[in-house]
Order: sequence, then C-alpha cells, then structure tokens
Amino acid sequence: MDFKLTERDILLQRSIREFAEKEIPPRMDTMEETGEFPLDLLKGLADMGILGVITPKEYGGAGLGHLARILVLEQLGRVSPAMPMALQVHHMCTYALTNFGSEEQKKKYLPPLSKGEELGVVAVTEPSGGSDVAGMKTTARREGDTFILNGRKCFITNAHVSNTWIVPAMTGEGRKGMSAFIVEKNFTGAKTGHVEDKVGLRGANTGELVFQDCEVPAENLIGGEGNGMAVALGTIGNCGRPGMACVGLGILNAVIEEAVKFATERELYGKPISNLQAIQWYITEIFSDLEIARLLAYRAGWMLDNNIPADTACTLAKQWICEAAARSARKAVEIHGSYGILKEYPIQRLMRDALVAIPAGGTAEIAKLVLSRVAIKEYQK
Amino acid sequence: MQIIVCIKPVPDPKYLSRVSLDETTKTLVRENVPTVINPLDKNALEAALSLRERFGGEITVISMAPESCIPVLREALAMGGDRLLVLSDTRFAGSDTLATASIIAAAIQKTGAFDLIICGNETADSGTSQVSPQLAEFLGVPNIMHVSAIEVSDDGVFRIKSRIEAGYVIAELSAPMVLSVIKELNEPRYITLMNILDAEAKDVRVLSADDMILKEPWVGLSGSPTQIVELAAPEKRAKAEILAGDARRQARALADRLYRMGFYHG
Repeated sequence: MDFKLTERDILLQRSIREFAEKEIPPRMDTMEETGEFPLDLLKGLADMGILGVITPKEYGGAGLGHLARILVLEQLGRVSPAMPMALQVHHMCTYALTNFGSEEQKKKYLPPLSKGEELGVVAVTEPSGGSDVAGMKTTARREGDTFILNGRKCFITNAHVSNTWIVPAMTGEGRKGMSAFIVEKNFTGAKTGHVEDKVGLRGANTGELVFQDCEVPAENLIGGEGNGMAVALGTIGNCGRPGMACVGLGILNAVIEEAVKFATERELYGKPISNLQAIQWYITEIFSDLEIARLLAYRAGWMLDNNIPADTACTLAKQWICEAAARSARKAVEIHGSYGILKEYPIQRLMRDALVAIPAGGTAEIAKLVLSRVAIKEYQK
Repeated sequence: MQIIVCIKPVPDPKYLSRVSLDETTKTLVRENVPTVINPLDKNALEAALSLRERFGGEITVISMAPESCIPVLREALAMGGDRLLVLSDTRFAGSDTLATASIIAAAIQKTGAFDLIICGNETADSGTSQVSPQLAEFLGVPNIMHVSAIEVSDDGVFRIKSRIEAGYVIAELSAPMVLSVIKELNEPRYITLMNILDAEAKDVRVLSADDMILKEPWVGLSGSPTQIVELAAPEKRAKAEILAGDARRQARALADRLYRMGFYHG
C-alpha cells in the first residue's frame, strides 16, 4: 500500500493552507458573532478552485478528485471548521449535478457554482428528521411540464446563502416514489424560512427551505423520475459523509495545535504542563485521534478516486472522525483548565464546532446502524 | 520581456525555532523543518508575473539546489513561471555566495539573452544579500538592491524605487539589470488548484557543471574563498505572541496573560 501523498497533493495542501491562514482569520470574529458565511470570500474561494474542486474542467471546475477535496477541506477546517461545513454541502450540489444531471443541467448549473456566482445545497432533512429519508413529507405533483413542490426542509446548510438547491420530494409511494429536483431560489413558491442559531460551526449558515406550490420545470428533474432516493443517498454517501469527515478532521488539526500550544506555554511547578504525565496522555490521545482520522478520511477519498465502493469507508470516516473530534476537543479543554471555557481561547469554539458536527449530515446512530449491518453481514458465520 | 527569477529553497521561516546548530559539524540541523521557496523570492516572481502580464515574454526560474528540492521549486511554476532550471551537481555543494553567483551567472550565459533578473533581496536562512550583486557583477549589468517599486514607461525605461536608510532612491535605467526586491514591493499571488495542474506540464531541466562553461575557479566548498571559522547560535530572545481579535478581546487576553505571569493586583 502506498500512503505517500503526491507532489501535487503536497503543493495543494500548502497553497490552501496559505490561503486559509491569510483569508479566514480576519473574518472569524464576524462569523462567530453573526452566524453568517463570509460571502465576500466566495470569489477568492472560486478563484482558488475550491468551489469547483471535484467539478470536471469542462464545466468550469478544477477537475480534481475526492482525495484532493479532502485535503482542501482539511486545510480550510484547520483554520475554521465552519468553512468545510459550508463548502462540503456546496460540493454535494456539484457532485449531484455531475453524477446525476443531464448534459444540459451540467452546462447550465455547474459553471456558476464553480465561479463563485452562487452556492449550492442538497436539502434532504425535514422537520420530522433526516434519518428516515423514505419517510419524507415534501411532495412533488406533476402538472403538465411543471412539478408543484410542497413541503419544508430544515437544518439545511447554506439555506440562506445559496441559489441552487437539489431537493428530493415524493412523487409517488415507497422507495421508487421519490424524485429529485433542481430548484432555483427565485422559482415561484420557493423561499427560505427560519435561520438556525447554532452553538457551533457558526460561520456556516443553517436554516429552512420552504416550498409552497413551488413551480419547478419538469426539465429540472435530476436523475430521472423515481430515482430521487439514489440521488439523495448516492450524494450523501459519497460526498456528504466524507465531507463531514473533513469537518471533524479540520477540528482535530486545530485541537492538537491549541492543546500543544497551551501545554508547552502554561507553566506549573516551574515547568510547562506538557511535562506532566496526565497532560502527555491527553496529547497522545488527541494525536492518535488525528492520525487515525487522517487515515480513515484519506482512505475513503482514495477509494472513491479509484472507483472502489466506499459506502462503508465513508460512513466509518464520518462517524468515527466526528466523534473523535468531540472527545479530543473535550480533552483539549481539560488541558486548558479554566482557560478552556473562556471565549478568548479558540478551544471552546472547537468543542462547540465538534458537537454540531456529530449530527450534521446524518446522526452517529444512523451511521452506527449502517456499520452494524455491514459488520454482521461480513462476519456472520 | 525575457525575465529570469532566481529562487532558493530554505527552511520554512515559520519553523525557524526548530532549527538548531550542530556544534561539532558547525552546520544547521534542519530535521522536521519543511523546505519552502525563500519568501522574498516569491515577491521577485510576483514582480516578474506582473511584468509579463503587461509586456508579454517568458519567465525562467533558476535555482541552484539539490534535485530533491524540485517538488518545492515546482511551486514557482504553479505560481506562473514558464520553465524551471535547476543547477544541481555534487561539485556545487558547499559553494559560498561568490561561487553560487558565478555558477548561476554561467547558467544564465548559457540560457541566452535576458532583459531582467529578479531576486529576493536576501534569503531567510543565510541572509547575506550577496548573491544578487555578485551575479550582476559577473554578468556586467547594473544591480539595484532593496527594490520596493518597479515602473516601466512605454519607451522601455525602468523607473526603480529602492529603500535606503533615510528614505527612497528612484533610479531610471534601461534593461538589462538585476533587481533585488523587498517585501514591500508586492503581495505574492495565491497558487490555485488549476495552476498546480497546469504546472505539471511545464518544463523542468537539471543542469550540471558539465552543461555550462564555468569561467571562474569558484565552485563548491574547495573553490569558495569564504571559510567558516565559527558559527554560533544567537542568544534566545523572548518569544513574541500576537493576540488576535478586536481591542476588547485583545485587552482581556493580555490581562489573562499578565495574571498568569503573576502580575496582578490584590
């Protein structure tokens, strides 16, 4: 097995790190205070190729793969985990269009999404929950060349800062009764609802999308009628879950840096507290979580790039890494002592961010349910 | 406009605290310190890219470095350089600034005519600022150090602003010349993902001593007139910390730090 990153990967990491370290920190206080995504950074993100990282070149993207996307999101998340949160959902939109869209749909929607003219979302979760996808309440009724959508999507990242929404809705009964649609924000009957005031990942906008007799042209059906479940689950599985893994991975990168910085600067009994075994153990545990998280996330990206079925790898990466981020952030708060709960120290933000990352893009329990089925099938004798 | 940009791989200045001195060999121990392009050399490249955008032409990036540094140097192609020439030969090892300048000059004489050579004013590792003026001397062209602005009139006259202790000097001259630039000159552009892919198709050539005509005797450690008698690490000074956030947040953080250090009242 070859675990070595290529020259391209290393240069990519370095260039995104430089961009992230210069461009994101001046905006972070505002992101924290307002809970808004820094839209003024959109053009810069587009120019860097970040918005279209997995979009093919012919549609204005950089044409890179999933491992490259993971490396990009990790570097952004190291500075602000809210950035990969917002961008990974945008990538889900570009992924769905690239993999399920018609040629006309790709030509129309992908270039503006790569150029930073707009952000995208895939909106699955509803007020009744996101885990029971088949129990979706949003409906789409055909009337001639138009579908009429009615329903409500909630906990949608980028809800208020995006224009292109991929929306699954029920066009019939059962698994084959779901279809997915490309909805533009300015379509009649489409609007944004409530803005969520989250405790973490505050720089990523989260809110509701509301459809009241929303008129969607039939040509905006994506993936064919009755294939909405495949569009939704394929996009969540291959793009959303590794994307969420990157949020956790970004948090872990930041957590180890904050933990080591504090432990080597803070003195107790005349020496840095990093000399104390209790602190050393915490640091080892955080370091282990980060290293294992990298292996899981990179492997998932590599499998996707090599067309190896990666459902399990992506689910495992998402579930394990987001939980590792939360437990490591908690340990880093412990290292900080009382300073860990002060807003002046970034570690409290990272702990809040990690808590928000756990249910986002599918709860830990749903991921464990999926993984248990795989394990039982694989090892049952 | 034919522009040559000289670059050098150096230990990343962000990690300079990790660099130590081996007291026995009198060399720097760079383990665990990433290698990057000397930061000021990126300002030099940015200046070249701006000039090429206005006047057209080509940018050749030259570096005297081991071949193992090519992945790092390739970043200059991703920034926009057209080709990379790496001067690499075991005989070059240990060259002092004079030997380095004479080797680079020989390589430049081989590559052909140039209008402009742009270098960083100094490197982040040795910081001598000697290579670029020596290079100009070998090539028989003028050199301006501490360049903070480059303007070119339509009739091809360069107007170069350079910093001196008391202010600035503005000189007008015609190509060719060697310019040694400072940070104030510009802000190097980011390397985009598309640029990284484009750079993979660009020309990288390695030149050895046999590929050039070395007129001067100064090559490698044995040919370097500079002999290092003693190297000493500077006395460690207090580490600076930049407090982030708005004034209120910075003031609070400062108060916390002072409290932790034992400076508190009551």
